[in-house]
Amino acid sequence: MNGGAALRFVAASARYPGADRDAIAEIDLDVAPGEFVVLLGPSGCGKSTLLRTVNRLVALARGRIELDGADVAATDPVTLRRGIGYAIQAVGLFAHMSVARNVAVVPSLLGWEPARIAARVDELLALVRLDPARYRDRFPRALSGGEAQRVGVARALAAEPRVLLMDEPFGAVDAIVRTELQRELIDIVARLGTTTLFVTHDVEEALRLADRLVVMRDGRIEGQGTVEELLEAPASPYVRALLRADDPIDRAYFEHARSALRGSR
Amino acid sequence: MWPDLLAHTLQHVKLALAALAVATTLGLPLGVLAATQPRVRGLLLSLTGVGRTLPSIAVLMLLLPVLGVGTAPAVAALALLAIPPIAINADVGIRGVPLAVLEAAGGLGMTATQRFARVVAPLAAPVAFAGIRTAATETIASATLATFVGAGGLGDDIVRGLQTGNPAPLYAGAVTVALLALAVELLGARIGRALEAP
Amino acid sequence: MSYLHTHLARVLALAGAHVALVALALIAAGAVALPLGVAAARRPRLGAWLLGGFGVVYTIPSLALLAVLVRFFGLGDGPVFIALVAYAQFMLVRNVVVGINGVDRAQIDAARGLGMSARQTLVRVELPQALGVMLGGVRVAAIAMIAIATLAGYVGGSGLGVLIFNGLTLHNQSMVVAGSLAIAALAILVDGGFRLLEARSFPGGRASA
Ligand SMILES: Nc1ncnc2c1ncn2[C@@H]1O[C@H](COP(=O)(O)OP(=O)(O)OP(=O)(O)O)[C@@H](O)[C@H]1O
Ligand SMILES: [Mg+2]
Repeated sequence: MNGGAALRFVAASARYPGADRDAIAEIDLDVAPGEFVVLLGPSGCGKSTLLRTVNRLVALARGRIELDGADVAATDPVTLRRGIGYAIQAVGLFAHMSVARNVAVVPSLLGWEPARIAARVDELLALVRLDPARYRDRFPRALSGGEAQRVGVARALAAEPRVLLMDEPFGAVDAIVRTELQRELIDIVARLGTTTLFVTHDVEEALRLADRLVVMRDGRIEGQGTVEELLEAPASPYVRALLRADDPIDRAYFEHARSALRGSR
Repeated sequence: MWPDLLAHTLQHVKLALAALAVATTLGLPLGVLAATQPRVRGLLLSLTGVGRTLPSIAVLMLLLPVLGVGTAPAVAALALLAIPPIAINADVGIRGVPLAVLEAAGGLGMTATQRFARVVAPLAAPVAFAGIRTAATETIASATLATFVGAGGLGDDIVRGLQTGNPAPLYAGAVTVALLALAVELLGARIGRALEAP
Repeated sequence: MSYLHTHLARVLALAGAHVALVALALIAAGAVALPLGVAAARRPRLGAWLLGGFGVVYTIPSLALLAVLVRFFGLGDGPVFIALVAYAQFMLVRNVVVGINGVDRAQIDAARGLGMSARQTLVRVELPQALGVMLGGVRVAAIAMIAIATLAGYVGGSGLGVLIFNGLTLHNQSMVVAGSLAIAALAILVDGGFRLLEARSFPGGRASA
């Protein structure tokens, strides 16, 4: 369909007001259209911040970010964000809106026809394994943590964005549904060609999903490459330890899980 | 006019203090009772709901046929209005004392009375005082209306100024009562902070 | 009680005037307080100043403020209207601020991140969720205003206070009692009505409920 956008970070640094150091520093990263990049790294290393610079929720102090060659800083933030799917760590479903209205937020901001929106909502709910008839009219208060996260993912996907930013979107989902959702996500982004930045703490999830892995530490990129590249030649002892690259059993397991998940691709 | 103003200020303060004293004497034990007896608390909560909703002027006037005019009826009416916030806050303060603290106090071998005096009361004091503070501010303000039941106070000056079209007592009374109310509010805030500090 | 029986039409007419005065003042006060409250929520320092100032006004006994206003604006409902609008600001602005600040940060983040403008975020996310708290402020303000509007009867205005103050002048106790009862009933009724509205103001159910 619309295909993904190319995303490029050039020496991008950001700092929160009052902080004494950069939350992300000197980030250089090229993401090809349709590529699935997973960000991995310890808590507080700047993964969420990096995502939030793309849709300008956090402003860069230095450097720039280009979307299809255009500096995002020169794009109207509201227009920019409507073209970028965003699923946040804290979910942030609108408490006063039903599940359907939550999912419909971006399409209705974009002025879609009600019938088209309704059909899209049902399609997305089914996609994230929530029976539309049962969940459509519920309010967020009546959802479990994992169900809420899935609605958050559906909301991010609603308007078929060209870029998808996902911040630990499956953290509270049980292992079985999580695997299903990972598979669905891979299918969707492959079908639409969506460029995806995906944050996770879960190494297994990272290895399964990533076209390319970016390992961060203290606001910087510590290593990046395809899963195979990083497993073969970890950029640093930290990356090696994180990926448990030395453990043959873990490796064999990851590779098996990965090929099972991505076999269709 | 100035001696009048001074006399009325004193009268106003006395009226409010008397009402507050009565309300505190009755309200604090009522709050303690409510904290231990769910039925009393239920009753208190519904009375408070109504009490907060009823305009004080209506209460003042409804007691008029029963109690007549003068200082005593005004004190009674003001006290009645001041009891609910005091009692409710005492109840909330006491019930806010953590169970673990109570158990620890019991473990140290304190009797029930000692426990109340040395543990519960000090811990509940800031919240309970907040109720007294609310009541004090409201009482000072409502005491202005006591002039309508013949109990004097600074309302007298305001009313005289309005009736005679003479601005001097009107402004004097209005400004004095406003300053009085603000002073009570600020003093209350200070004491409240001091109670919470340690 | 006897006065209520014999003069029911008059009591009702005065109750109507009382309600009209309070309702008009409440609408005016809300129109002022909503933008002020939004601004105060956005700028905490401005908020502190506004609430401090309105808090001072709120502390001034109503008869005192009203008497001064009568000096400037003459007798009648006019000065009462101004006093009502002024008193209500503290309660209304405070609750707008509390309501808006109470909205979960993650939802604001999501709203902005999904491409809502600042205005859309306010109208579609913040205000709807602040509605319950704001209605609470409106209720408290309305009750206080019903009480204060009674004084209109003392400064040549309309409303149920007329019964109280005319009754006092005429030494007609049943008139005073009738006026007081009617005001008390009005306050309780309005309180109940707003509580019902508050309970229905949040379709998703309140997190703390
Ligand atoms: N709004 C903010 N204001 C100030 N500092 C912030 C803010 N948000 C994040 N930080 C700081 O910036 C750094 C990076 O935070 P970030 O949220 O990007 O980490 P993260 O990698 O997403 O961590 P986690 O895995 O725990 O989600 C941290 O040191 C954090 O304390
Ligand atoms: Mg994060």
